[in-house]
Amino acid sequence: MKIPPTLVSWLQVGPTALLLMFFFFIPMLVVIAVSFFDYQDGSIVETFILDNYRDVFTSAVTLTEYFNSLKFAAIVWALTLLIGFNVAYFLVFHVHGVLLQIGLFLVCTVPFWTSNIIRMISWLPVLGKNGLINSALIKLGIINTPLEFLLYSDFAVIVGYVHLFTLFMVVPIFNSMARIDRSLLEAARDAGAGRFRIVYEVVLPLSKTGIALGSIFVITQVMGDFFVVKVMSGSQSTSVVSALYNQVNALQYPPAAASAVCLLAVVTLMVAAILRVVDVRKQLAS
Amino acid sequence: MAMHDTGKRPWTFWFFAAFFVLFVIFLYGPMFVVYVLSFQGESGGLTFPMNGVSTKWFGELVNPDSRSGDIASSFNRSIGLGAMVACITVFLSVAAGLGFRRRFFGSGVLFYIAIASLIMPGLFIGLGINVFFSELGWEPDWTTSGLGAQLTWTLPFGLLIMFAVLGRFNRSYEEAARDLGATPWQRMKEVTLPILLPGIIGVALFGFTLSYDEFARTVLVSGTENTLPITIWAMTTNVTSPALYALGTVTTLVSFFVVGAALGSIGLISRRRRVSRGDST
Repeated sequence: MKIPPTLVSWLQVGPTALLLMFFFFIPMLVVIAVSFFDYQDGSIVETFILDNYRDVFTSAVTLTEYFNSLKFAAIVWALTLLIGFNVAYFLVFHVHGVLLQIGLFLVCTVPFWTSNIIRMISWLPVLGKNGLINSALIKLGIINTPLEFLLYSDFAVIVGYVHLFTLFMVVPIFNSMARIDRSLLEAARDAGAGRFRIVYEVVLPLSKTGIALGSIFVITQVMGDFFVVKVMSGSQSTSVVSALYNQVNALQYPPAAASAVCLLAVVTLMVAAILRVVDVRKQLAS
Repeated sequence: MAMHDTGKRPWTFWFFAAFFVLFVIFLYGPMFVVYVLSFQGESGGLTFPMNGVSTKWFGELVNPDSRSGDIASSFNRSIGLGAMVACITVFLSVAAGLGFRRRFFGSGVLFYIAIASLIMPGLFIGLGINVFFSELGWEPDWTTSGLGAQLTWTLPFGLLIMFAVLGRFNRSYEEAARDLGATPWQRMKEVTLPILLPGIIGVALFGFTLSYDEFARTVLVSGTENTLPITIWAMTTNVTSPALYALGTVTTLVSFFVVGAALGSIGLISRRRRVSRGDST
């Protein structure tokens, strides 16, 4: 009759564990295994080789792709952090009333529940050659010929990323800031700290967990993306994953797998570096 | 301190307020452009100016002979898949969330696997399942590999929401139920689940919308029949008419409807709770 509590926990967690094993853990092991296999005519040949990795490490194209992805990640990280921090700060410290606060917070989060692809496409009529921005600038007499760099460029890719991923900064930073004890700010003020000093020396350190979580989300999303790059750069830029996607479409699974393993190593290192600076777990538990 | 003087706001308030408004315009502006352009006149193009007003492009969506392919059936598939994902995510992540309240052998490892599954680039999951299925000799299909690929994304999400919900859950309600002689099953059905209901609705909302709009994980494993986001992805390369915008408007409306229904019912439940608490005092 009496079931041991650990067994109850395992029964409750079991189905989730099994699904994650079958659809996540084993497939990832398969990817690692396949990255060492040979291929021919679109099918995998099960002989152990290291050529896939040699190709990744020795090709100049890969280097450019990594440089591109890291460049996008760095710029987008800085922009989303700047915007996310300011938006969260406004919501937490300047908006009076819980209902208004929740309402404005929802305004920021609702786009998350709509299609990313549609949100990307919606930039085309805004940034395009005959788009809103160009025709407005021409009508105002500021420019004579449409600005070409607005769409199908690195600029457009960055706009797309910031549009999609700023939310991932706003939410965790908002959570961290909402937990800050207001009397700390009052104490800092009484001790003679100015507005900026309070933000820099009290609010910023206490929002560290949120900033770290947001950074992990933004960086992994940008490093793992392929469709924003494709739509917004008009296939002119390539990221690591968009190159990988092309390999998969050409049925070159082993080199794609090797490229995936390398990218995973890079992203894991980046996440580990963030976790090294900020102990997320310790602060989540409290 | 700034928050207390309601009379005069500091200049920084106006600075931040302006910043926030600009952010919201940045967030919603392009989407509104798409909604407006989806009513583009019959001879109009992909950008402004509007060449009259028509609903022609919405008509294109339900016309099976149009160039955009069979949109209606991929729409139905996406709704069905979203519903399946939402149901499975709710049952499994509520159970798992309750299970995680105890430390058990392997709980740490499982937690990290869930987090890794959440932040793993979606295309890699698809690649892994695709290759795994072909090693097993199975055909990928949206109801098997597609469903599994989406669950690797919604289950960790649901689990994190359950952690947040259960973190605020007061266990003395359960103890009180036990002291009053409730069986474990009664305790779950009459006490725990009703208290958790708003959070459970939240999990269902995430499960459905994340699945309904999922692309990167699904694109390599949906098999021969496409889900709606994959159809849209294909349209971006070969459809150059406002029908694309019309489809964007329709799918966004579906998302808004689901979000509205979920938030509305959460609001209704919490109001009813406040009222009944008011009655009893």
